[in-house]
Amino acid sequence: MSEISLKSHKFRLDREESWKQLEQILKRLENRSIRSLTDEQMIALPALYRATLSSLNVARATSLDQDVIAYLESLSTRAYFAVYGNQKRMTARIKYFFQIGWPQAVQNMSRETIASALVLFLGALLAYVMVSNNMDWYFSFIPEGLMDSRSPASTTAELRETLYHDGDTNGLTEFASSLFSHTAQIAIFAFALGFAFAIPSVALILYNGCMLGAFVALFVDKGLGFEVGGWLIIHGATEIFAIILAGAAGMKIGWTVAFPGKISRMEALSKAGAEAASALGGVVIMLFLAGLIEGFGRQLITNDFIRYAFGFTSLGMWLAYFYLPRNNDEWDIEDHGASS
Amino acid sequence: MKQPKPSRNSFSKSTYNPDKNVRTLVTPEGIDLRLRIADGGARVGGFIIDLVIMIVTLIAINFFLSYATIGMKDTGKEIVVAVWLLFAFFLRNFYFMFFEMRPKAATPGKMLMKIRVANRRGGHLKANAIFARNAMRELEFFLPLVFLLSVMFGLNQGVNGWLTWIGLIWSFIFLLFPLFNKDRLRAGDLIAGTWVVKSPKPILSKDLAAAPKTKGRYIFSQQQVDAYGVKELHVLENVLRKRDPKTVEEVTARIMTKIEWPDTDKTDNSHAARCEFLNAYYAALRGKLETKLLFGVRRTDKFDKR
Repeated sequence: MSEISLKSHKFRLDREESWKQLEQILKRLENRSIRSLTDEQMIALPALYRATLSSLNVARATSLDQDVIAYLESLSTRAYFAVYGNQKRMTARIKYFFQIGWPQAVQNMSRETIASALVLFLGALLAYVMVSNNMDWYFSFIPEGLMDSRSPASTTAELRETLYHDGDTNGLTEFASSLFSHTAQIAIFAFALGFAFAIPSVALILYNGCMLGAFVALFVDKGLGFEVGGWLIIHGATEIFAIILAGAAGMKIGWTVAFPGKISRMEALSKAGAEAASALGGVVIMLFLAGLIEGFGRQLITNDFIRYAFGFTSLGMWLAYFYLPRNNDEWDIEDHGASS
Repeated sequence: MKQPKPSRNSFSKSTYNPDKNVRTLVTPEGIDLRLRIADGGARVGGFIIDLVIMIVTLIAINFFLSYATIGMKDTGKEIVVAVWLLFAFFLRNFYFMFFEMRPKAATPGKMLMKIRVANRRGGHLKANAIFARNAMRELEFFLPLVFLLSVMFGLNQGVNGWLTWIGLIWSFIFLLFPLFNKDRLRAGDLIAGTWVVKSPKPILSKDLAAAPKTKGRYIFSQQQVDAYGVKELHVLENVLRKRDPKTVEEVTARIMTKIEWPDTDKTDNSHAARCEFLNAYYAALRGKLETKLLFGVRRTDKFDKR
């Protein structure tokens, strides 16, 4: 009867070649990159993708061969990921991140940034007042590991020594890299904690503020207030700013979990998450720079005034970079944007 | 066929497929593609493989460096340690990101489990989304781990002990988060707007209706071909693809009884002959049903009298 050729079999025979061709292109693209395709393949890809989608549509309506339908379905899906997936060149993406993505993400969480900064400075103030009144509080705020020779029992001379010599210059690279990985891990943690309604993030920022306040209080008590300011600000302008931003990113997520606004919670979250992640990516870069400044710059620059000048300049530069209004027209935000 | 939704790139949860792990993705061309959500086992398996890869890499590099630095001066050692610290940091935080940003959108563990990350709304999978979903691992994996270790190593005395236990329970909410939603989303997936789906791996097998060698040997009457519907056809297709002797025997017997195949003796009782018979019947049945389909009748199963 019908064993010679079914219509669906003929349909398959007619189109199988173009499916295989698409499969070849996809294999190449998935194993290497979009740039490994030849010009002909590049031109053929969207046409083959549409042809396969159309085959799928026809097959669903007319064929009862499960195997062909399943094959077409997965081939179309792979092609869909390839055609609509991410193909921006790495350099373009990086350029976009620095020009638009990062400053815009930071700008969009100004409210959280202010809140995060307030929390940090509140913690610092609190600890400062408490430690100034009673030195015993110092031990509650600063973990022993960070204390080494900086305790209320130390003499002024010893403390002064720690401000200008963190160790001999040999250990600087190791010092810088351990500082960076430690702080960056804390920053990423502060971001992740935001998911629990931001409360742990706030606590983490508050605690970091307390450490800062207690630390300053100790040095002020020994009459080294000006000197410790220089010691802190040279890298702190970058590092503390970065920690504040990480906390703000966490708060943004926590706030969105609790109060998603007009759009659905899931959608609001993925939007806020993408933006906070851009900011957090920038925070890691800032902390890397701060680690370099702390590891090298602070040990090599021992003049207080230069330290202050360096710190304030870097702070000014960060503020200008993040908040100065700029013209973003040359970028198609919809296409690249973190918000889309 | 289902009408595609007017919105671009939208996933709709309703689908005519009863499988509860299937989500529908409507392409901008208006065709609905079905994605299968990766199951929990594959997710955990993939993560464990990745974790093992990371740990083994760290240990291997540790060994290598400790041999390499034997003859070095102090400055050299410092730099090596600094690089090692940085490397460990980047491995912990960017291993997943690095692999998921490649065209396959999967880490080695995910590739082995044949799953991949995809944007929940369709469209681009962005770098910041990948970063967000992986930064969340701090909360979902490392935090419970820290609490677990402090419980195990007896830091749980007095008030601190109670706090550690509460912390452990609290952090396990994040670890077990994927178990509480039907899309198996981690907290990271939720934040990033992603999900993990089975990566499609198509293999196109031979068409069973391709002209059989037994041309004209089996001729079925209208009545015999009318015995079954689409559901049975698909079952038959699966049987023919697997070619399990016992199933083939049972199915052959049942079909022969059902269609009252007159000369059972003419077909010898070997496995190959049964398969041949089934194949011929499959082709005939499919031809019949597809013809009906062209006229707009989809006969769902044998009880469907159309």
